[in-house]
Amino acid sequence: MEETRERAPSVIDRYYTRWYKTDMKGRSCEDHCILQHSNRICIITLAESHPILQQGRKIKSIDYRISDGCSRLNNKVSGKSKRGGQFLTEFAPLCRITCTDDTEYTIFSCIRGRLLEVNEDILKHPDLLLEKPSTDGYIAVILPKLEESKTVTKDLLTREQYEDVVSKRSTQVQESL
Amino acid sequence: MKPSRGFAGPEQKSISPSVMLSLKDKDCPVIRKLLASGCCGRCVLRFCCVGKYSAYQQSCEDLRKELLVFLSEHDGEQSHDASGEAEAGDPPCKKVKLESSEPSSGENASVEGESEPSGVCVACVGVLQDFCGQTYAKQVSEAVRKGDYQFESLMLAVSLPAQLSVREHSCWLHIKKEVREKSMYLDKEDVVQVKDAFKWAVQGLVGKELGATVLTNSAFEVSVGFVHPETDGDCHFLATECPDCFKPTKNKASVFTRMAVVKALEKISESKFLRHYPCPPVSPSSTCTPLQTTCLHTSVFIAGRYNKFSRELPQTPWVIDGERRMEGSVEELIADPLLAAFKADGFNFCSSGREDVDVRTLGNGRPFAIELLNPHRAKFNKAEIRQLQETINTASDKIRVRDLQIVTREATSRMKVGEEEKTKSYSALIWTQKPITSADLDFLENIKELKIDQKTPLRVLHRRPLAVRQRLIHSMSASYLDTHHFTLQLRTQAGTYIKEFVHGDFGRTKPNLGALMETEADILELDVESVDVDWPPAVPE
Repeated sequence: MEETRERAPSVIDRYYTRWYKTDMKGRSCEDHCILQHSNRICIITLAESHPILQQGRKIKSIDYRISDGCSRLNNKVSGKSKRGGQFLTEFAPLCRITCTDDTEYTIFSCIRGRLLEVNEDILKHPDLLLEKPSTDGYIAVILPKLEESKTVTKDLLTREQYEDVVSKRSTQVQESL
Repeated sequence: MKPSRGFAGPEQKSISPSVMLSLKDKDCPVIRKLLASGCCGRCVLRFCCVGKYSAYQQSCEDLRKELLVFLSEHDGEQSHDASGEAEAGDPPCKKVKLESSEPSSGENASVEGESEPSGVCVACVGVLQDFCGQTYAKQVSEAVRKGDYQFESLMLAVSLPAQLSVREHSCWLHIKKEVREKSMYLDKEDVVQVKDAFKWAVQGLVGKELGATVLTNSAFEVSVGFVHPETDGDCHFLATECPDCFKPTKNKASVFTRMAVVKALEKISESKFLRHYPCPPVSPSSTCTPLQTTCLHTSVFIAGRYNKFSRELPQTPWVIDGERRMEGSVEELIADPLLAAFKADGFNFCSSGREDVDVRTLGNGRPFAIELLNPHRAKFNKAEIRQLQETINTASDKIRVRDLQIVTREATSRMKVGEEEKTKSYSALIWTQKPITSADLDFLENIKELKIDQKTPLRVLHRRPLAVRQRLIHSMSASYLDTHHFTLQLRTQAGTYIKEFVHGDFGRTKPNLGALMETEADILELDVESVDVDWPPAVPE
């Protein structure tokens, strides 16, 4: 197992920048990770510190139908310009995830852009979300507007800032104990 | 339908204008009416449907004189009707009967009086009067020489002001009756076009001046053109009468294109036309202005195969936000020496697929074709092409070119035919999270004709439609390197995204190598080993 740690930079390291949104909508520890490809495409994933990934939780259900009238599963894009995709703002909900302990979490877009696809694989295999949260267990793919590709991430944290937030959190927890 | 005159008596010693110009008796009323309206000699011949090139090659003054002689001879013939033979070389001094403008006012309306230099022609606004001679031919030739082209033949292209079609229509209506009397089979389409008359008169002179054959179809095109701002307004009434013919388009400066005007003239009724436009047309006060002569050589296509030995060389220039990302590119390394040799204005590069910047292309290489735009030199023999290939290959060790050859435009399409069905072979350096066993490698070698579903890779999704494409991995073989690395040889259907097949692209390629081997897999290096497209043909060394 020692050798694997010496591996070369991963696909994410090579082609993506990691951005973070912590305590989404003021909900403690509900951290999102946004992987932005050099071609501006963004993948929305759970950050490793998200409550769903803590305390050995299991997933009961994942629902992309965010309201009676709107389901992210109905999203269709066509052509090079991805016509027809739902346009999302940063607080647009993507899906709701219920765990077996009946805790429920909403995953948000975090960035403005056009929804290209959601990950239907996690509906069939919810464990993907727990096992590979930053790759095969992604939540959605979003394409920011060309003119906004540089600015959509301005309110997000860098990897360094995120690690800072998470480590402060754990010292606070320790202090409060 | 070349008019010929069978009755030109063998006794005639000098060639009469009727033979020179291929005119018939029944042309007389047409000639009279057009001369009186202010048409130049060449335009008169055109409306007489004279298709004899040489007739247009005399000077405008001589032509006019001959027409007048012909008219007077004709009058003579009619008076000698009983004798049945014209007395050539003895033109009786007869007045020219001009029907409209000079109604037989004076008995002395003589031939000489009529051959005085007339005004600008009402039909061609001077194109066939002032620009069919040696002077203009020299001017055009000089412009061509300045272009510094190498050519053996040329074709002449002429662009004329659109309003000439309006004037042509007006002239036609003016003499329609007389032409139909000449032959009921003649129609407006039989009138020789200004463009053709111009070419017949001048292209031989240009060809001679430049020492080139003039053809109707040549790779080298010399374009001349004329404008006549004074009469641009001639077309405008058509826009109100036939608005649907003049819809504004993005790239046209004016809606009054020649095609639109011709279409409108086909639609408009005779009475409506005559209500808006004089018949015959009014004589312009100035002659037309020639446009700059331009030259264009059709593209030359060069094909070959290239190897790319560098992992830091993009196939085409890599520009992000207007900024160059890497130095050089395959297409530039190949095209630059070709551009210089062919003295071309630019190029278009095209290949059978493409590889990523960090991918090498080995083996026989990847077929490519380059279109060289407006080459000033187009003829190269095999030895010269071989020399060019050598120049490309010695200039850089990042690429190598073989089978370089001149091909036709049509042949280049063979590079793209069946591109999807072709097989490509790759060699990839693979990393796996779990330690590799020989059983893993055997397992891979036993997989044949594996169907995979690839969603458009995220790395190209910003510029390609989202779709799921089924591709075939024909076969794989693996050679062990160390615990976590092995080399994978793949034979796949063209269009398979190899990198995504290995790392899975967030699970978007199914199955992928990682899933097959039940581990995380990544691709560290990729080489294209062969592109199985059998074009272009091999060039023996």
